[in-house]
Amino acid sequence: MPQANNELINTASREDIDQWVAKYPADKKQSAVMAALRIVQDQNGGWLTTELMDAVADYLDMDKIHVYEVATFYSMYEHKPVGKHKICVCTNISCMVCGSGEIVGHLEDKLDIKMGETTEDNRFTLKEVECLGACSGAPMMQIGENYYENLDAEKIDTILDGLK
Amino acid sequence: MANEVCFRTLHLDKPWTLESYLSVGGYQSLKKILTEKIPAEDIIEQVKTSALRGRGGAGFPTGLKWSFMPRQSEGQKYIVCNSDEGEPGTCKDRDILRYNPHQLIEGMAIAGYCIGADTGYNYIRGEFWEPYSRFDNALKEAREAGYLGDKLFGSDFNFDAHSHLGGGAYICGEETALLESIEGKKGQPRFKPPFPAGFGLYGKPTTINNTETLASIPVIVEKGGQWFLEHGKPNNGGTKLFSVSGNVKRPGNYEIDMGTPFSELLEMCGGMKDGYKLKAVIPGGSSSPVIPGEQMMDVTMDYDSIQAAGSMLGSGAVIILDDNVCMVNALARLSHFYQEESCGQCTPCREGTGWISHIMHRIEHGHGKQEDIDLLDKVAGDIMGRTICALGEAASMPVKGFLKHYRDEFQYHIDHKKCMVGPGSK
Repeated sequence: MPQANNELINTASREDIDQWVAKYPADKKQSAVMAALRIVQDQNGGWLTTELMDAVADYLDMDKIHVYEVATFYSMYEHKPVGKHKICVCTNISCMVCGSGEIVGHLEDKLDIKMGETTEDNRFTLKEVECLGACSGAPMMQIGENYYENLDAEKIDTILDGLK
Repeated sequence: MANEVCFRTLHLDKPWTLESYLSVGGYQSLKKILTEKIPAEDIIEQVKTSALRGRGGAGFPTGLKWSFMPRQSEGQKYIVCNSDEGEPGTCKDRDILRYNPHQLIEGMAIAGYCIGADTGYNYIRGEFWEPYSRFDNALKEAREAGYLGDKLFGSDFNFDAHSHLGGGAYICGEETALLESIEGKKGQPRFKPPFPAGFGLYGKPTTINNTETLASIPVIVEKGGQWFLEHGKPNNGGTKLFSVSGNVKRPGNYEIDMGTPFSELLEMCGGMKDGYKLKAVIPGGSSSPVIPGEQMMDVTMDYDSIQAAGSMLGSGAVIILDDNVCMVNALARLSHFYQEESCGQCTPCREGTGWISHIMHRIEHGHGKQEDIDLLDKVAGDIMGRTICALGEAASMPVKGFLKHYRDEFQYHIDHKKCMVGPGSK
């Protein structure tokens, strides 16, 4: 069976992955698979391809199937292209009773897409997510690494206008 | 009194820095233990006296849990911190990581000393980038200052800790799923026994504690188990972080004494918002059965009082619902959550959460059948006790609670194809 070419993982990503590998016992490189998938996903503009998952398997000496299992089990890995900015909106109970329905409505109207879709210019993807653990700041959303809390329509406009 | 334990740095400028933590006596508990060579048994005894119970939701006595570890036996052991905060309503561990990460590190080190572990991992949910960055920076600061590493404070004790980032899965808050996840696998819970104290991370003896639990330890060591206990009441020791969310004027994390009346907590939060009345409270995260507001006004915020009212203190996530909230909508949303988050390993949970969500969806959208309410109750009951982990119970208990107290709203939805209260009733 031919090995995937792990040169798909660029130098910066490899250095980053190596730092994670170093946290675990020497014979437990597999522990770094979640970090590795996140890192190559970021490298690839926010989503994973089969080739990238295979490259991770190769890099960490794992069976491909075990990498696929992890990549499909956790919700933060994407398996099709996403926009430059992935907007994750919480609609769970605390956000719901604080108006996440209106937040979703405003985002869908403003971007002219539905939840789960990406704008034509590939700038924004809307994603409904489960509780993100910022319930006292409800309603909230996450874009990239940042949380935005106590949202209303006006605040969303300001946030989106401020994104490059 | 408030903010005396996990939030004791909160009033400071940049409370997350080592400098801030040292200014409130940080790392002095660890230093005292190691320089005075206090036996681990004595520390565990103090933790038992404090009546500290697991703050992640299960409420298991922490000192007892530590005493299960084969401390004297040779070989690798681990302390693992569970910062995979994801129970809807819960947002307290995020603030410990953001505002007082060093106290958690010190707590992990003390726990490591007590159970004989030289390595710790803190499992932080993947979405918590800012909390992770704060914690990771704190690890660096602690290493550079000599609070982590070899021969700490001139003793024979070595300890280092690392963070592990999750990838988005509620189930990883379950301790054995969390261990699987650190090992680089799907987060599916393990059968117990063997328990982690015998067979944990990489098959080695492991203790898993919640963030708030571990962050409470340095203060318990400093001030004594009795001091902590007296902040609560017997069997319900200490202060506790309550994450208040929902329809109140000032939602937030409040660190208060266990046993504080709910009515006082509600007052601290400024009372109800927008002129609505208190309808119901989910007192301990989304898995805990809902309690009607009137009944809740007589409850105190501790394990025993909330249990007597028919629910659980859980993670201390208090979700406040006003009289504009339709309980059918609320349960439908929670049911969707549990369906999404079931790991799929056990059939009763995988299929049952799907059916509950499916039935709730049709009731919510006006397609409910007369027999649906009894069917919901049956499906929920059939999941309970038939799964490897507690997610099955977590999905079923809200169904039981909502039906017990608000059955009329479900019946109304089926009869009239709309909500009995709130915007959907028009």
